[in-house]
Order: sequence, then structure tokens, then C-alpha cells
Amino acid sequence: MAYLELNNIYKTYGQGDSETEVLSNINLKIEEGEFVAIVGFTGSGKTTLVNLINGLLKPTSGEVLFKGQPVSGTSHERGVIFQNYSLLPWLTVEQNVLMAVKEAFPKREKAVWKRKAAHYIDMVSLTPAINKLPKELSGGMRQRVAVARALSMKPDMIIMDEPLGALDALTRGNLQDQILNIWGKDKRTALLITNDVDEGIYMADRIIPLRPGPNATLGPEFKIDLDRPRDKTEMNDSESFKKTRNAIIEYLMDIGNERKSEAKEEFILPDLTPKDFVNQFR
Amino acid sequence: MKASLTLGKVSSFLGLGFFTTLKDLFTGKLEKEDFKNLLRKFIVPLASILLFFLLWHLGAKSLYNIEAEYKIEKALQDQGQAAADALTACIASGESSCQPNTLPSPSQVWDSFQSLLRDHNIISADKAAFVEKTAALNAKRVAAGKDAIVYTGRPSFVDQIFRSLQTVFAGFLLALFIAVPLGIFIGLSPTLKSAFNWFIQIFKPVSPVVWYLLVFMIVKTLLIGSTDDSSFTISFISVGLCSMWATLVNTAMGVSTVDKDYINVAKVLKLGTFQKIFKVVLPSSLPLIFTGLKITLSVAWMVLIAIELLAQSPGLGLFVWEEFQNGANDSNAKIIVAMFVIGIIGFLLDRLMLTIQNWVSFDKQDAI
Ligand SMILES: Nc1ncnc2c1ncn2[C@@H]1O[C@H](COP(=O)(O)OP(=O)(O)OP(=O)(O)O)[C@@H](O)[C@H]1O
Ligand SMILES: [Mg+2]
Repeated sequence: MAYLELNNIYKTYGQGDSETEVLSNINLKIEEGEFVAIVGFTGSGKTTLVNLINGLLKPTSGEVLFKGQPVSGTSHERGVIFQNYSLLPWLTVEQNVLMAVKEAFPKREKAVWKRKAAHYIDMVSLTPAINKLPKELSGGMRQRVAVARALSMKPDMIIMDEPLGALDALTRGNLQDQILNIWGKDKRTALLITNDVDEGIYMADRIIPLRPGPNATLGPEFKIDLDRPRDKTEMNDSESFKKTRNAIIEYLMDIGNERKSEAKEEFILPDLTPKDFVNQFR
Repeated sequence: MKASLTLGKVSSFLGLGFFTTLKDLFTGKLEKEDFKNLLRKFIVPLASILLFFLLWHLGAKSLYNIEAEYKIEKALQDQGQAAADALTACIASGESSCQPNTLPSPSQVWDSFQSLLRDHNIISADKAAFVEKTAALNAKRVAAGKDAIVYTGRPSFVDQIFRSLQTVFAGFLLALFIAVPLGIFIGLSPTLKSAFNWFIQIFKPVSPVVWYLLVFMIVKTLLIGSTDDSSFTISFISVGLCSMWATLVNTAMGVSTVDKDYINVAKVLKLGTFQKIFKVVLPSSLPLIFTGLKITLSVAWMVLIAIELLAQSPGLGLFVWEEFQNGANDSNAKIIVAMFVIGIIGFLLDRLMLTIQNWVSFDKQDAI
């Protein structure tokens, strides 16, 4: 039995005429200790998928099993890094992290909480900004606070929804390493949503594309057989990396083109000539 | 340079020292844009204030003339030429007993303002003297377990202002303590919301006068047999009830429309109900709550005058009413003084709330 299992998941939003099926027939198995990346186009339903797994949303049909138990709500065992950070703007960096620590480790002393929070804040190198409010931080710093908050709860599984989307390449690389570091240290399970194929290849054991919506389904998986720890420069020269990378990009381009040609068929313009309103009113 | 020269001329023309200082600040660097800003921020408001006083002055003058002519005409018809001539002479002499009673001019209002201040100084001195005189006696009375003698003289204009502020703050606090908790409950529970909705919709538009009468009916019965003056109680409760609606509605709205991202955070962290309300829901609705409180305070101040007047509770409202009843020579001018004081205090209260509001509010964009 897999650590996380999604069986025949369908998710629709809205009711009646406005009903749209965002996700169709999603099947996914993640083993304990695995690092899985899902790549997909914008609006395809990645956040929806994440929320189904973390328990914020319920599938319209199908089941989500975590450690063999059906997911019926959120849990401290599954930590989430939201796409839009979702820091509480009225709390400082420390308070934002403390809030999570307190919930994950109730009935501890205040000093213990503070120490734990300080540890995770230090891990994302934000100690100098510990007493700042989110509005005083740059986008990258906010994202790091969100990472610290999620990790400070010591979740068994980390679910990340485009956690590094807003960062420049340099900070991005740095944080990728930090996340990998934490994942490797306690052998946790991780699910990463990303729109960057290279990021997926660098970090994950498997990459699974999410096809464009509506009715998005998962595509075929791509295994990344590169030894860890991976090195970016070395990787770029590796044959197996090049092959996998090309295969994934080709696949994504194909479904992208498919979508385009579908769109062309859908919007055949009706044969109409515009009325001449100007002359009509003369 | 040219612009700053012009500015220097303008400021010396207006006799306004601070413009020269401002000019010094910009010396050499004064751009056309700065000048435009200065014009818009200082000179235009100043000019409009001057224009306002000019129009007021001219208007008051013409009203004065109409009233005077009418008075003389009437004297002529009723009592003949001699009486009319006497009245004309009397009006021209500035004798206070025969002045036409109409809109006072700015200078009359200024005089009244100063006379009110003088009056306040006299009363304060009187009070101080009284306290000093009775100090020894009061000490004895208190030692003997009797009540101290208190000053019961006429309150001055300034005393009335403070009484009004007391009433409005008491009313505001009452509104705060009723509307905020109630608003939170209503915002959290859709059931309570539908239970209270009709109540809010119907009672929100009720006029201050009716609130006063309602409170009067209830408090009168509750305090039956008591000899204490209940006018203060009645007026602050009425003020509170009139003004609390904005806070109630805004609080309920703020609490029921917390950003979904924050609610998701609360869910993922699995915050308890209590924690969720105090750590997430309330902080995120604080800006709306304070917007409501700001409206509440300004409404409270606005209805206060009418309610004090009805309740005969000491304060600016009663002051205005007494001056109107009094019909003395400078009564009208005193009423206008009260009008300005009410306006300026209202403005300051609004500023105060705005400052607090800016202080507690956050930009959602800030966190994302
Ligand atoms: N609460 C909702 N109600 C109705 N429709 C929704 C809701 N949330 C998402 N959708 C729709 O579902 C689709 C997928 O949304 P989702 O946020 O999961 O996409 P995404 O892949 O995360 O996109 P992005 O890359 O931009 O973050 C979109 O078409 C969106 O309009
Ligand atoms: Mg998304």
C-alpha cells in the first residue's frame, strides 16, 4: 500500500449550468520517502489537486488515502506551502512561524516554542528579519517564511504548491537545496507542484505532467534516475538528464499544441457581416 | 527661480510668514510642480476660507439691513415718525437693546467667542476660590462622614464642551461594547445573522429623537423612586444606541468575509475555534471594525447635540438651546460659536479615529 493514494479522483466546481469538471480520473501513488513533482500549465488544476490532498477540498468522487486512511480534513501530518504564501499580515515573521509551532507541539514551554521557531527561521536565513511584518519583506523572503512555517510543524509529508514561483534564479536554487536538504535529513515524503521542468528534474524522483484542463488528467510519469545529491552543472552534461528533459518538454509541447489546435476548431467564426449602424441613423 | 520669486511676493502680499519658510525649503529647487502643489494645498484653501468669511460678512450685513428697515418701517406705521426716528438713531448708535436680531457677522461671532472665554475664566476663578474657601470645612465634613460641599454654580462654555465630550465618549463606549461583540457573533453564525437581520434593517434608520424617547420611557421606569438626575444616563444611552449600527454592520461584515487564504491557513494549522477567532478572524476584520467605529463616533457627535437638547442634559446641545430661548442680544453669535466648536471637535474626533484606523489596518497586498 502506498503512502499517499489518489484513486479515480474527479473534482467539479460550481453547480448546474456553470458546473465545470476541473480534474478527471486522477490516479496517483506516492511511496514513503519519495519526492514527486507535478508539472502543469497554469489553470490546469494544480492548486485544486493540492487542496484535495491536504484536505481543504473534498473530491466530487474518488478517494484520497493517506497512510491507508481516507483524508477527511487537514492534518498536521501533511504540511502545506501555499502558492501565495498566505502569511498573516498582522503577525511578524516569528509570530507567523510560532503560530504553527504552537499548534504542532502543544503543551510545551514557551521557550521551547521560541527555540523551535528560531531554528526554522534561521534555516531559511531570515534571523535578521525575525521581527519584521510580511509587508516589510521581499517576495522571496515571504516565500521563505512560508517554507519555515510549513517545515516547523515537522510534517510527515510536505506539499508544496509552486513554492518558488516568485523567486529569481539564484534564490530559487538556494531554496531548492534547502528544501532537498530537509527532505533528505528526515526522509520525509514530498510533493512539489511546479511549472519549471528543470526544477522538477533537479529535485524529484518522478515527474508527472498534469494535462491542461478542463478535465485535466495526469500524463505518463517520467522517472529521474540521477544520483543524489545532484549537482546542477554536472547534471547538465549527463546524457540521461538531457534525454529525460527533452522527453518531458516534448510531451508538454505536444499537449500544448493539441490544445491550440482544439481551440482553433472550437472557435470557427460565424459568417456574419457587421451592420452599418452609422448610416442607419443618418 | 522665477517661481520662487513669485511665491515670495505672494506670501509677503498675504503677510504669511510660513510661506517664506516653505519657500526657503525649496529654494533653488522649486519646480513648477511644487508650486502647483503649494497652490493647491495652501493657497486655494486659504483663499476659499477668506471668500467664505467675506460672503458671510456681506450676507450678514444685508440681512441686518433688511431687518433694520423692517423694524423702522413697523415703528413708523405703529407709533409714528418720532418713534421711527428714535429707533433709527438707536440702531445707528449701536445700542444693544434695539439691534436687529439676525445672522451675526463674523466679527460679532469672534467677540462672543472671546466673551465666552472671559466668562469661563471668571467662572474658573470663582470655582477655585470656592474650593479654597470650603477646603477646611469640607475636610471636617468628610472626617465627620458627611458629603463634601460641591460647587453648584453655572457651568461655563468650556465646561459644557467637556460635558458633551463625556457624554459622547460614554455613548461611544456603550456602542463599542454592544456592537462589536454582537457583530462578531452575527458575523460568525449565519443563523444569528438571519435572526438579527430584520432587527438591524428596521432599527438602523430610526431617528435620534425617537431613540431618545424610547430610552427615556425605559430609563424613567427603571430609575423610579431615584432622585438622581438621569438626564446624563438617558442621553449617553440614546447616543450609543443611535450610533452603534455602523459598527454592528461593519463588524458582522468583516467577520463573515475573512479572506479565504487566511481561513485556509487556520485550517491547515488546525487552529481551535477560540484561536481561529482571536488570531485570524478578528485581526483580519479590524480594519472594517475601525471603519465602523469611525462612523459611529462621528454619528454619535452629530446626534449628541439634538439629544442633549431633548434630555436637558448639560452640554453643547443644551447651551445652544438655552441661548436660543434666551434671545439675548449676543445669543445668535454664541450659537454660531457653538456651531464652529461642534464642527471643529467633530473634525478632530474624525482625524483621531482615522489615525487609529490607519494604524490597525494592513494591506492585503502586503502579505502576498
Ligand atoms: N473555488 C473555485 N470555484 C470555481 N472554480 C474554481 C475554483 N477554484 C479554481 N477554480 C477553477 O479551476 C481551475 C483550476 O484552478 P487551479 O487554481 O487549481 O489552477 P492552477 O493549476 O493552480 O493554476 P495556477 O498555475 O495559475 O496556480 C481554473 O479554471 C479555476 O478557474
Ligand atoms: Mg495554483
